[in-house]
Amino acid sequence: MSQTSLTARTGPSRRIATSPSGATWGSPTTYLVATVLIAVCIAPVIYIILGGFRSNSQITVNPSGWPDPWVLTNYTAVLTSSLFWQQFTNSVISAVSTTVGTVALALMASFVIARYSFAGRNAMYALFAAGLMFPLTVAITPLYLLIKNLGLTDNLLGIILPQIAFALPMTVIILVPFLAAIPKELEEAAAIDGASRLKFFVRMVLPLSLPGVITTGILTFVNAWNSYMLPLFILNDSKMYTLPLGVQAFSSEHSVDTAAVLAFTSLSMLPALLFFSVFERRIVGGLTGAVKG
Amino acid sequence: MSDSVTALPKRSSRSGSERGAATAATRSDRARAEVRKRFEIAVLAGPAIVMFLAFVIFPVFMAAYYGFFKWKGFGAPTNFVGFANYVVIFSDQAFRDALVHNGFILVMSLVMQGPAAIAFALLLNQNIRGRSLIRVLIFVPYVISEVIVGTGWSLMLQYTGAVNDLLTNIGLGALAHDWIADPSVAIWTLMVIISWKYIGFAVILMLAGIQGIPDELYEAAAIDGASYWQIQRWITLPLLGPTIRVWAFLSIIGSLQLFDLVYIIWGQYVASTAGTSTMATYMVREGRLAGNYGYGNAVAVVIFIISLLIALTYQRFVMRRDTEGALTGASGRKRK
Repeated sequence: MSQTSLTARTGPSRRIATSPSGATWGSPTTYLVATVLIAVCIAPVIYIILGGFRSNSQITVNPSGWPDPWVLTNYTAVLTSSLFWQQFTNSVISAVSTTVGTVALALMASFVIARYSFAGRNAMYALFAAGLMFPLTVAITPLYLLIKNLGLTDNLLGIILPQIAFALPMTVIILVPFLAAIPKELEEAAAIDGASRLKFFVRMVLPLSLPGVITTGILTFVNAWNSYMLPLFILNDSKMYTLPLGVQAFSSEHSVDTAAVLAFTSLSMLPALLFFSVFERRIVGGLTGAVKG
Repeated sequence: MSDSVTALPKRSSRSGSERGAATAATRSDRARAEVRKRFEIAVLAGPAIVMFLAFVIFPVFMAAYYGFFKWKGFGAPTNFVGFANYVVIFSDQAFRDALVHNGFILVMSLVMQGPAAIAFALLLNQNIRGRSLIRVLIFVPYVISEVIVGTGWSLMLQYTGAVNDLLTNIGLGALAHDWIADPSVAIWTLMVIISWKYIGFAVILMLAGIQGIPDELYEAAAIDGASYWQIQRWITLPLLGPTIRVWAFLSIIGSLQLFDLVYIIWGQYVASTAGTSTMATYMVREGRLAGNYGYGNAVAVVIFIISLLIALTYQRFVMRRDTEGALTGASGRKRK
């Protein structure tokens, strides 16, 4: 009966909530501020990418100039170097394994915390929550010794395992509210249909927690891709380097060849950027779910 | 215990008519369900807990142990020195400098990034054209690695680099500095780079928080004739409180642990003379690089204790309501 009056009421007020047209906040100002903000955010990135298209003499003569003429040799040199592709592959292996491992382990543990009741459930949650206080910086030296004793230095497994372990707390904390929010009725309905809780986990929980999984998966992937301190301690052989170490080694070896450094740098940041832009939309959605609980 | 209710309805509903006869069977079912539940918990949570204990908790405890030894990292530590490492740490001017730098970074990160992030989030929450593109772009600095940020910025900030060149070109050549090596500006350079790198994360968090605020509140306020700024001041800001507090917590922890950017831009030795060294760069330089593993671990313990004290104080006095709500909310839901 009040269908029409309802839509009539929400229509205009929603517009006020999302795009207020108050006199104090004119739209040109909004665009100006947004443009300046974006310029500041991406100018250094553009500088790195464009710098790779310049020659060293161009950079020396005019540090903040445009490529003139455009030089492709820096990029082709990097793209044809086997060391770059070796380090690229290492980064892919490390980031993908870390992401898959973290999400799988965290999802199972979060499922237990969110949907089983047993003595020690709160303690388990507290254990992971406390993990946020145990940053890599504190553990790095003994961790290095532990990995050395396990014989995993210069081995990608030596960075993957600790990366999973350190990504777990944040992932569990984001995933638990997602899993707890799945209605109890669904679980009961599944039980009536004769599904065990494990079956319920695979058939219902996995699809329903997908937004949270994607959010944590992206964050884990990007962090693993960019990881620096751990590989710095664990990997000594440049063939085993991941790209961040590769960039640093390359830039100290070619410190006079700025253009080559910039080309190497921009190629090594592209994968994480692409990966992120494809999934960006999901991140805000996933975090919103987590915040709403 | 109460959860076995969820496992049972199927049985009890089916055997409704012969309930009396079935009690014995139900009891053994219940026991079997209990065993099965424990097995599932062990299989599901076990791997994560083992990984976490082995690679996070164990090393931290080992750090505490090694910190009591003078030890070069070969063989078992034997030269027990008690608290001698800790005495050295706190009497070393280099460490105290680093501690002051960490404090400065902590405060300035909150002051510089917090208000800006809220403002940007409000801006980006509006229905403007290209909003999703803007969100991707603002997150770019957060997504690229510290090594790339460090390499790129240190090239741009060299005395003969792009920043000074740009300043000269627009007639502000007098402002040109040796941004990285000059001790009077170096820490501000670091602050600008940190803000640039991490503000995207703050903005996305705030955006998520703002979108979690129910639309009804805005609608009600609009009906009451509230202006845009009134709505932001009395609805958005208070309801964004939990998000702001979580962000501030993450920012504080990050500031205390800061390592990558400083180490990459200033290296191991220049950081202390430029006035940007942090506790973590001090730890790596005096510990692993100097071969004094016992001492390095003691520094790690000091960093940990300082972080823990600050984190607990913060949680106790600032985040208490938030965490209480989260924990009781979760367990309340469970008990129902």
